[in-house]
Amino acid sequence: MLAMVQNTENKEDLSTLKARKFSLWLGMIGMFMMFAALSSGFIVYTEGAAGRGIKTILPTAFLYSTLLLMVSSLTMHLAYRASRQLRFSLQKVWLLLTIALGVGFFFMQFHAWGILISRGVVFINNNASQSFIYIFTGMHLLHIFAGLLVLIRALVGVLRHIPQSRNIFRMETAAIFWHFLDILWIYIYVFLLLNQ
Amino acid sequence: MSQITLSHSEEHHEAHGHHHETFLSKYVFSQDHKMIAKQFLITGIIMGVFAMFLSVLFRLQLGWPDKDFPILETFLGKWAEGGRIKPEFFLSLVTIHGTIMVFFVLTAGLSGTFSNLLIPYQLGARDMASPFMNMLSYWFFLTACVIMIGSFFVESGPAAAGWTIYPPLSAVPTAISGSGLGMTLWLTSMTLFIASQVLGGINYISTVLNMRTKGMDFWKMPLTIWAFFLTAITGLLSFPVLVSAVVLLIFDRSFGTSFYLSDLVVQGQILPNEGGSPILFEHLFWFLGHPEVYIVLMPALGLTSEVISTNSRKPIFGYHAMVYSLIGITVLSFIVWGHHMFVTGMNPFLGGVFMITTLIIAVPSAVKSFNYLATLWRGNIRFTPAMMFAIGMVSFFISGGLTGIYLGNSSLDINLHDTYFVVAHFHLVMGSASIFGMLCGVYHWYPKMFGRLMDERLGYLHFWVTFIGAYLVFFPMHFMGIDGVPRRYYAFTEFPFMAKWLTVNTFITWAAIFAALGQVAFLVNFFGSIRWGKKAPQNPWGSNTLEWTTPVKHIHGNWPGEIPTVHRWPYDYSKPGHEEDFIPQTVPFSATMSSNLPHDFEGNPEAERLQKEWEVQNKPEEQKDLKG
Repeated sequence: MLAMVQNTENKEDLSTLKARKFSLWLGMIGMFMMFAALSSGFIVYTEGAAGRGIKTILPTAFLYSTLLLMVSSLTMHLAYRASRQLRFSLQKVWLLLTIALGVGFFFMQFHAWGILISRGVVFINNNASQSFIYIFTGMHLLHIFAGLLVLIRALVGVLRHIPQSRNIFRMETAAIFWHFLDILWIYIYVFLLLNQ
Repeated sequence: MSQITLSHSEEHHEAHGHHHETFLSKYVFSQDHKMIAKQFLITGIIMGVFAMFLSVLFRLQLGWPDKDFPILETFLGKWAEGGRIKPEFFLSLVTIHGTIMVFFVLTAGLSGTFSNLLIPYQLGARDMASPFMNMLSYWFFLTACVIMIGSFFVESGPAAAGWTIYPPLSAVPTAISGSGLGMTLWLTSMTLFIASQVLGGINYISTVLNMRTKGMDFWKMPLTIWAFFLTAITGLLSFPVLVSAVVLLIFDRSFGTSFYLSDLVVQGQILPNEGGSPILFEHLFWFLGHPEVYIVLMPALGLTSEVISTNSRKPIFGYHAMVYSLIGITVLSFIVWGHHMFVTGMNPFLGGVFMITTLIIAVPSAVKSFNYLATLWRGNIRFTPAMMFAIGMVSFFISGGLTGIYLGNSSLDINLHDTYFVVAHFHLVMGSASIFGMLCGVYHWYPKMFGRLMDERLGYLHFWVTFIGAYLVFFPMHFMGIDGVPRRYYAFTEFPFMAKWLTVNTFITWAAIFAALGQVAFLVNFFGSIRWGKKAPQNPWGSNTLEWTTPVKHIHGNWPGEIPTVHRWPYDYSKPGHEEDFIPQTVPFSATMSSNLPHDFEGNPEAERLQKEWEVQNKPEEQKDLKG
């Protein structure tokens, strides 16, 4: 009897964790809608009159940042796999590397903005299509910042030896979110490339 | 057995760290869905009273445009010098009235209260998927409320560009005094509000999809849950779009970008912004704005479905049709936003497309109306105050919905756009209908929230005053609108053709004051009954849903023992062959052999066989009749 009660208790906990992971997916749908709105806003604006549009070639720095983020997605996956295999020191290494690549992406974006500004493609601009570049990349960067916080939380978790079930949960949610940010960036980059 | 169950529930409490509750963790930073629901409700009521007060203020101006009210100067100061409301302040009043009513009362106050209260209760869950996020949702909401009301205390006054905050008026701080700091506060408040709604909405969806109790499949969910679920999905897909719109607006206002601004001369000065498009904002805004009106309405539809069925003592008519029409409204709500923009120079072909999608919404809406009426038809109706408000909701939904058919026509809209006809339409179909749905919910679930009953006589008084008052306020507006009287005007004294409407405006103002005073009956009843109301029994309305199987005294985790299992749909009222006129969802079919019907078993052959055997033994005569 007691075992059965214990069992239902665990089941309830499990369904809560499942629900939380599901919430993350829902949150990502919300974030996606925000960028979808920006994309359609960009299209409506740019098609609205002649003389609008990005009208510059995107700096290669964006390509480098894309590569950084893709590699970080890979290291994130390796960190997650290490956590499942109970190889915690390896998990820490991969996780740290992911964070480092994320920070690198952060600075690469700033670098790209610098290049754009030096070309005269500035944010405060009467051709708002060019302002949109900053809106897209800036809003994404805010999400990357949030993503880095999630990664650091997962790292703190493994450093503090939290129970394995919670460690895996944190790693799993961090990984899903980080891959999402990667895919979101690729979408933004391709969208901007197609409109340059 | 009982001892083990007890120790189990004890364990459960400790596991969630709520064993020793302090005042702060119980009433303030609560993570319990029931307490958060009450927080949302009381905050919503306070905001509602505030916004209603604002409407009385601007009605005073419209009713007596040439009269001074010295008392106004006493507490409004420079906004009503000489006792007359200034034009700028009039616009602020209209703006904040709309904003608070649409977002803070009918979105957060309605969804926030009843989704939080009923989703875990009616689905058989211990709490929301993420109680912490739920708490965060409330605190974001409260902060948003404080900032919105706080904007009345800044020198340049609250935002004044209308609740739709169209640029350029909202984007140029020098355009009108309300577009200064007041607008910044409006945007800050709304950003927090959106965060609150998205957090809340994610929680609602996740709870509905993941935390239903055993046996609670989708087609056994009460219509309330369906409505909250679809409302939350609508919110999740549309609110982020408003974030994008607002972000661009903030950059236009404060950083000098030109997303929405072009070719402007403000107070003799040429602005540097070029090339922006204010229509872009309208597209982004109404992509949220139209789903928003269904976010407001659908919970009201859900609550009233439940209340009407319970108090008619009849199953809801067309349960599946009700669900499919809610789904239909949800889907359609995303492809009709253009009907707010027929007169922006939109391509007539595109206008035609939006017109068709808009008119199609009449189909699910009509399905719902007829189903309500069919549920009431020959029911054993109990006219509780909640039931009165539910029927009132149906009345407003029909009378306000009919005018939507006129407004949805792109050609008729050229005449009707921005007139009082629009004001009349949406105040009936979305304003009054939704607030009646909300009040219906308050009266019906009050015993579940506070363990006491509200006073019925005050409830009836409240209903009749509000119902008659609302019609007296909004019905004459249709005629003003058809005559071309525009909305949002400060006074109609300068236009000869509107002079004949001045007396009507005075009448409407009296009706508004009458209806506003009627709310005192509600406030006294609501806050008084928390303390002095009659103690409520566990299931005061003879209802089938799961929330009425929980103890009257709130406990953390809702059910003391195991979560109940669900065996049937929630609308088994007055089932022939059963001695009582309701069968709760927790009663298995094996306990109601005398009332089971063939379709109850969903084709389960074993159950059908058992039922047949029982019938042969207990009702041999009927069997003979069937054979004969």
